[in-house]
Amino acid sequence: MSAQAVGELRRTPLHELHVELGARLVPFAGYEMPVRYASIIEEHRTVRGAVGLFDLSHMGELEIQGDEAVAFLRYALVSDPGALTIGQAQYSMACEADGGIIDDLIVYRRTDDTFWIVCNASNRDAVLAQLTALLERGDFGATLEDRSDRTALLAPQGPHAAALLATLTDLDLDEIGNYRSADGTVAGIECLVARTGYTGEDGFELFCDARRAPDLWRALTTTGEAHGLRPCGLGARDTLRLEAGMPLYGNELDRDTNPFEVNLGRVVKLEKGEFIGRAALQAVQQTGPRRKLIGLQMIDHAIPRAGYEVRSEGRAVGHVTSGTASPTLGTPIAMALVPAELAAIGNAFEVVVRERPYRAEQVKLPFYKRPRD
Amino acid sequence: MSHPDDLRYSKEHEWVRVDGDKATIGITSFAADELGDIVFVELPEVGATLSQFGTFGVVESVKAVSDLYSPISGEVVAVNEKLRETPELLNSSPFDEGWIARVGSIDSGELDKLMNAAAYADETA
Repeated sequence: MSAQAVGELRRTPLHELHVELGARLVPFAGYEMPVRYASIIEEHRTVRGAVGLFDLSHMGELEIQGDEAVAFLRYALVSDPGALTIGQAQYSMACEADGGIIDDLIVYRRTDDTFWIVCNASNRDAVLAQLTALLERGDFGATLEDRSDRTALLAPQGPHAAALLATLTDLDLDEIGNYRSADGTVAGIECLVARTGYTGEDGFELFCDARRAPDLWRALTTTGEAHGLRPCGLGARDTLRLEAGMPLYGNELDRDTNPFEVNLGRVVKLEKGEFIGRAALQAVQQTGPRRKLIGLQMIDHAIPRAGYEVRSEGRAVGHVTSGTASPTLGTPIAMALVPAELAAIGNAFEVVVRERPYRAEQVKLPFYKRPRD
Repeated sequence: MSHPDDLRYSKEHEWVRVDGDKATIGITSFAADELGDIVFVELPEVGATLSQFGTFGVVESVKAVSDLYSPISGEVVAVNEKLRETPELLNSSPFDEGWIARVGSIDSGELDKLMNAAAYADETA
């Protein structure tokens, strides 16, 4: 917990617009955030079929700058941000010395010696503390600045996102491939335009000055009408990312979980040299992870939820990390952590829902993959 | 939000419609709106005995699991089988097509512990 009093929630620069739109607001990571504007299922389908607009201004934006920014980030994170060209982005994690995950995040290379880390709002303090402690040792010529409070993040996501954005910017969006970014203006507002997201669809994340966020939101919603745009809340974001098999910190990821257990070993670049967590993660890589994150599709009619017990042949073996009734597939789905030796596509499990076991089958992750042309 | 005048309402946002010695029960439009998209209903079994304000089933929205509390005691004589395949009836027609169960052997004296439409409207205002 931060020093902030319980019940004293922060608001994003778009708060008044959310209230005007009739959003249901809930506490999330210390912020009052829209969980839905109307129907989560409708919002979910809007992102799969048209374009949804998310306010993600609660997320953390940290700027790392300096001659040794690359060396610093290579040491502080498990990936290799040195491999990024300017404008490129990379999914990464900060881990503890024992390999436990402090946060999952995206690193953007803004210039040769300037990087942005976009981290979860709930872990902003933890990531800041970790990076600050490393910098204070004085081994790296780099500075860290927390830009979270003055940066807003608006995310148009879905197959129509590019067409919508193209009407509002001079940037050539074809030049901004997946996990790439560029500086430019959107509706006359300076933005970092990134082709990243957390929905399993094509889409963008627009970072701008917090003071300009309401104007950017209005421009996107007004122009977006013709593209089928609908504002979307965190409820749809959660079902979208779950269908796309993407982990959520606090559910699939925590300090007791390492990247190899959640099928993210590819993010860890052991060969790059020394970094925080390297010895522990190398050991996991050599022996193989003890547990594995799997996808479950229910055979029986019951909805698995985070924390529910998972059984194999009647024996408790693990737990559900996230579960819901999939709006796209029409069946209940879940991700679960189970012993690695039990994990294989087609294997039978049971999920205990209200004290009764219901049959489930392990299926391939992700549950949903967007059609690509 | 309009609440039918011929129903009685509980603080837990269930309604009851009395018809002789039988009654039909369900959740209110207020409850359905609060829950959001309902994707699953666990119905009581026919023959089950319900006690007033006791749990008798579960509704699940996309995000949350909630217990159902019976507004009246009695024995379940029928359940709305349609809800197994189309739980969204609870959102689209909570007072009518989205009824949950019919109970017999009711005690009409229990109705005094419930609200009329005007009182419930105040409660949810």
